[in-house]
Amino acid sequence: MNRLFSKRRDRLLTYQAMREGRIASSKRTACPACGAESANRDWERNVQVCPQCGYHSPVGAYYRLAALLDPGSFQELEEKLEPADPLEFPGYPEKLEDLEEETGLRDAAVAALGSVGMHKAVFVVLDSRFLMGSMGTAVGEKVTRAAEYATKRKLPLIIFSASGGARMQEGIFSLMQMAKTAAAIQRFQSRGGLYISCLTHPTTGGVTASFASLGDIMLAEPGALIGFAGPRVIEQTIGETLPEGFQRSEYLLEHGFLDRIVSRDQWRPVLIQLLGLHEGGKRS
Amino acid sequence: MSRYTPEEKVKLARHPERPGTADFIEALFTDFFEQRGDRLCREDGSILGGIARFHGRPVTVIGHRKGKNLEENLTCNFGMPGPEGYRKAQRLMKQAEKFGRPVITFVDTPGAYPGKEAEERGQGEAIAQCLALMSALEVPVISIVTGEGGSGGALALAVANRVLMLEHAVYSVLSPEGFASILWKDAARSGEACAVMKLTAQDLRRGSIVQGVLREPEEGAQTDWQATFRTIDAALGKELAALDKLKGPALARQRYEMFRAMGQGLPPAGKEDV
Ligand SMILES: [Zn+2]
Repeated sequence: MNRLFSKRRDRLLTYQAMREGRIASSKRTACPACGAESANRDWERNVQVCPQCGYHSPVGAYYRLAALLDPGSFQELEEKLEPADPLEFPGYPEKLEDLEEETGLRDAAVAALGSVGMHKAVFVVLDSRFLMGSMGTAVGEKVTRAAEYATKRKLPLIIFSASGGARMQEGIFSLMQMAKTAAAIQRFQSRGGLYISCLTHPTTGGVTASFASLGDIMLAEPGALIGFAGPRVIEQTIGETLPEGFQRSEYLLEHGFLDRIVSRDQWRPVLIQLLGLHEGGKRS
Repeated sequence: MSRYTPEEKVKLARHPERPGTADFIEALFTDFFEQRGDRLCREDGSILGGIARFHGRPVTVIGHRKGKNLEENLTCNFGMPGPEGYRKAQRLMKQAEKFGRPVITFVDTPGAYPGKEAEERGQGEAIAQCLALMSALEVPVISIVTGEGGSGGALALAVANRVLMLEHAVYSVLSPEGFASILWKDAARSGEACAVMKLTAQDLRRGSIVQGVLREPEEGAQTDWQATFRTIDAALGKELAALDKLKGPALARQRYEMFRAMGQGLPPAGKEDV
């Protein structure tokens, strides 16, 4: 019975993930970074990383989960959580509806219970296709509930961030999600919880300045833009052009803000190692 | 309705003669001992903090400092802190908790500084750590938004048991100029942004983002500093007395629950909540 359900869940996840995959108008796709054309099947085999230059093309939340989790382990959490329109912002509800139609997501985050290499954990994945993965009340609430769920179940928490920051259309309520999520992470960690923060392109603004920077372990995909202020705002403020590679993962590693850069095909082995290293610790 | 439009309030909140953190510390506290530096990199003048007495009782007081003239503006970077400022604030708050002192913060910043070195030294991480630390402090924390509450740079000092706002202060996810340029690619539409952002003290009280609005003199705090000081003094005294009834863990819990509940939307506009 259980296996039947997990099979069904897997099919749903695969369906969602396929929906997020490359829509093949042609059989080959050019890399936006190096310009080289590769067969879509090679992009796919390479989890949407350019087979020529290693450019990490953004992927959707379900796609990432499908690539990451043990088959049959995916169980979505809080999937009914709906976005709100606390400012009654003109045009916002329509925008949310269009995006739901377009992406199959209710808002920019998906939370799930799952396992990698048989290690159970709570996952949250942000999706940059949904208003740049920005954090409004729904994203803040989902991250918070996931952290609280992980606290209660004594499970590790793994969050993949991809976000332009706070969501403007929800104004001050978006800002408060920074405090709310940071507080939930703090509470989780103070009770011995392991939080692995995985940063993907781009992670900026209020997400960088809250839960995304608080990992016990800090990891990032190669070449991801990670920062508080966006490069254009900085350039306007200081009146100079920023050097190449500024605010990229490699730069953050060099400046002491990351433990390691992990290429997309390495997430599973790295997470399996880390979860293994924390087993038998204080909390289990 | 207020006599001032949200756009006018933004101007009042930024008024150069409005009292700032240094003025509040001088007027409301005695025995102030300034603490400087983050012990890691450098001293950031845009955050002023230290130990002082509030009606005889030692407290830790921290606030954004904009400066009163061009020279001060420059040393204070116009009240826009870098990570060093936020790390200094963390250092002071940890000490406050260690020695059982309440934390009182004054919030008045256009936002955290969007600079090259600030990014290099982890502006995002510094703010995130402030939020996490403040959320769990087992001493009373009271924040007063006195002027501009700009973005994460303001929130980093405002995870409090009670967040109060001066009547004409503003508090928002981003400056109205930044908001307009992100959403409409046109910073000149900031007036329009003010109208939709719900950034006034009255709006925020209604949305339970702040717990109290402190009345200002008719034409704004800059016209009568003494009256403004008296109002803040009374409010701080009252809030501290209320929070003194809670023990350390209960203070952390109350703060957690308060921020936990944020994001349920604004109830419909009612009468003025001052
Ligand atoms: Zn390429």
